[in-house]
Amino acid sequence: MLANQIGYYSLILGLLSSLLLCAISIKDFNKNSKRVNQNIFTLSFLQLTFVVVSFLSLILSFINSDFSNETVFNNSHTTKPLFYKISGTWGNHEGSLLLWLLVLTLFIFLFLIKSREQPKKYRILTLLFQQIIIIGFFLFVLMTSNPFNYLFPTPNEGLGLNPILQDPVLAIHPPILYLGYVGSSIIFSASLAAVTQNYISKEWGQHIKKWVLVSWIFLTIGIMLGSIWAYYELGWGGFWFWDPVENVSLMPWLTLTALLHCILVLERRTDLTSWVVILSITTFTLSMCGTFLVRSGILNSVHTFANDPTRGIFILIFLFILIFLSLGIFFLFHKENNKDSNNFFWLSKETSILINNWFMMYFLAVVLIGTVYPIFIDVMSVEKISVGPPFYHKLIAPFLAPFLLFMAFGSKLKWIKSKIEEKKLLITFFLISVTLTFVILKNITTDLLFYTVLISAAFFLFFTTLKELLIKKFNNIFQTIAHFGFSLFILAVLFNNILSSEIITNIKVGEKYNYNKSEIFFKKIEEKQESNFNSIVGYFKITDENGKVTWLKPELRFYNQPVVITSEADIKTTFLDDKFLVMNLVKGDEYFNIRYQIKPFMIWIWISILLISLGGSLSLFNKKYEK
Amino acid sequence: MYGKKVKLRFIFLAIILASIVLTVFLILKSLKNNVIYFKSPSEIKSLIELDKKKIRVGGMVKEKSVFINSNEVNFIITDFKNEINVIYTGAVPNLFSEGKGVVAEGFLKDKNYFLAIKILAKHDENYMPPEVKEAIGDK
Repeated sequence: MLANQIGYYSLILGLLSSLLLCAISIKDFNKNSKRVNQNIFTLSFLQLTFVVVSFLSLILSFINSDFSNETVFNNSHTTKPLFYKISGTWGNHEGSLLLWLLVLTLFIFLFLIKSREQPKKYRILTLLFQQIIIIGFFLFVLMTSNPFNYLFPTPNEGLGLNPILQDPVLAIHPPILYLGYVGSSIIFSASLAAVTQNYISKEWGQHIKKWVLVSWIFLTIGIMLGSIWAYYELGWGGFWFWDPVENVSLMPWLTLTALLHCILVLERRTDLTSWVVILSITTFTLSMCGTFLVRSGILNSVHTFANDPTRGIFILIFLFILIFLSLGIFFLFHKENNKDSNNFFWLSKETSILINNWFMMYFLAVVLIGTVYPIFIDVMSVEKISVGPPFYHKLIAPFLAPFLLFMAFGSKLKWIKSKIEEKKLLITFFLISVTLTFVILKNITTDLLFYTVLISAAFFLFFTTLKELLIKKFNNIFQTIAHFGFSLFILAVLFNNILSSEIITNIKVGEKYNYNKSEIFFKKIEEKQESNFNSIVGYFKITDENGKVTWLKPELRFYNQPVVITSEADIKTTFLDDKFLVMNLVKGDEYFNIRYQIKPFMIWIWISILLISLGGSLSLFNKKYEK
Repeated sequence: MYGKKVKLRFIFLAIILASIVLTVFLILKSLKNNVIYFKSPSEIKSLIELDKKKIRVGGMVKEKSVFINSNEVNFIITDFKNEINVIYTGAVPNLFSEGKGVVAEGFLKDKNYFLAIKILAKHDENYMPPEVKEAIGDK
């Protein structure tokens, strides 16, 4: 009850402090003093506090199962474990928007205290642009999705959280992903501020790089967590489905990665300035689009949750305002000041980074068109279509091989002219990669040429980066780690793709299923009871062709509130492969529908993504660049 | 005469334009071959020619229509005007049950039989795919 009131008024106070902040900063902007008015810091901190209080009171309502709060009523239940009561706070639309707000205000406050050495006018403008976004979100929350709606009479019991979301990984997936999304808002505001001040320069590059890195790392890990969750919870055994909801998180990642590489150029020489601004604007716009598409129900996705179209319209209008504002500012104020671009030569780092950007933009175009085209067709005609994974594979795979080769060469371009030995070594690596791939693939796959090219390229990048890691060339260690991780990622994904095998069958308790010298034996089922669900655990004995025995115990959970059945896959992970088994009861019959999969190198996919983000994180703490 | 820099710029622009055109062409071309159309049972009944391509069929799983044996699951998808028999040999998602919405992906054997290769899962028991809603909308 009380928490409800506090949370709501705290939000309104937050909105008021936003307006006040705008007023003060406009006044301060025209003053001649060198330093930012102390009141701005105080107000920004106050605003953050208001949002934190509001967020905490929502969490409190969830913990206390205060069902006079509509959001709690819709998404919680007294029998739910405490951990999921808390994570349920952001597991729903209203709460997740509050989390957006929290991160927005947190980041602008951090930005203010971390940018003391930057020009005053630039800082104030960044604050202003950020406040525009924040005000938009305050209005959005208060007008269309207030998390503190009051319910009377107070129900005795809530509706419960969708059981599929009651999962440790999914509890932390939204906050991390949001840190990435919202981090791009700072880049957006800062680049607009820098454009108006004509401040896009080396110094700005060095300063904004940290923010780009932070949101890039969070976005990478956030996407990975979502992917891990989909892998074991949805029971399809895949980790990426090219589903629209996944695609919308991939798109800002692609532009952010492109931006990250451009910043590496910008922090050394004032170059590619317009491109950097465009990428910054695009990244944030795509993040917003992501929120819009997921929340509006426009997307026809298997991940879609029930939702409300008025919200979509609000975000859409807000999005258009932001896009027009930013493009307007860009065209009015932007001046090319490529002071050092005269000594541009073709075999340089800049070229390789531009090439990287071209690839990223191509991948972006593919994903964007694949995601938006069905919506377009739906609006234009009566046909309903969807775009399947083959579309993406067909368009992306052929460009992956040259992309990998450029990654291997790109970082070396400076040396190509000077060292002959280096060249010989590269050729040796190349030959080794091709032979190795050929030997491995000879007996396995049907599409030999295609995979040989792709995997050789990945091996080539693998070896070149591995060599640099081994001989400890520390001048570029972060990039090398990230690129090494990427080669590992591609290798793991490709081999996983080629070597995966799957058995689907319907089976009764006590039956055996035989397939090429292996056997699946369904020994028994056991029943278990937990506070908010009952479950059936199946005991499966799997004997592979070498006689090795694995026990897998998948589970079927019958949640009581809401009444939903979920199946929990059982996965045995080793460094070589994942054994994945999921079962389903069809129609309460005696037959269980089971899916058994062997997925080689699964764990290496996660490890490699962690390596990629590790490269980014290490570079964040590196002081050497700021010479 | 134009300077060397202008020439370089021009070449650069030409390359950009060419690659954009190529990209769009490539993407649109493979879009055509890779889209999956969604049909309701009634739309399938009114087909003049059978489609060889992969399609999706959506509607409700008819009550008391699910039958299961050791290697397949059979059920009927209905939009309350027409219905179609589905033969499925894969894994069933956990929100699949009688009287609920469903989307199946696969190939038409004829106008009465559909060979499904995938049944799409969803996250939310209250959520119904927009197509299914539309397909059974005016029941």
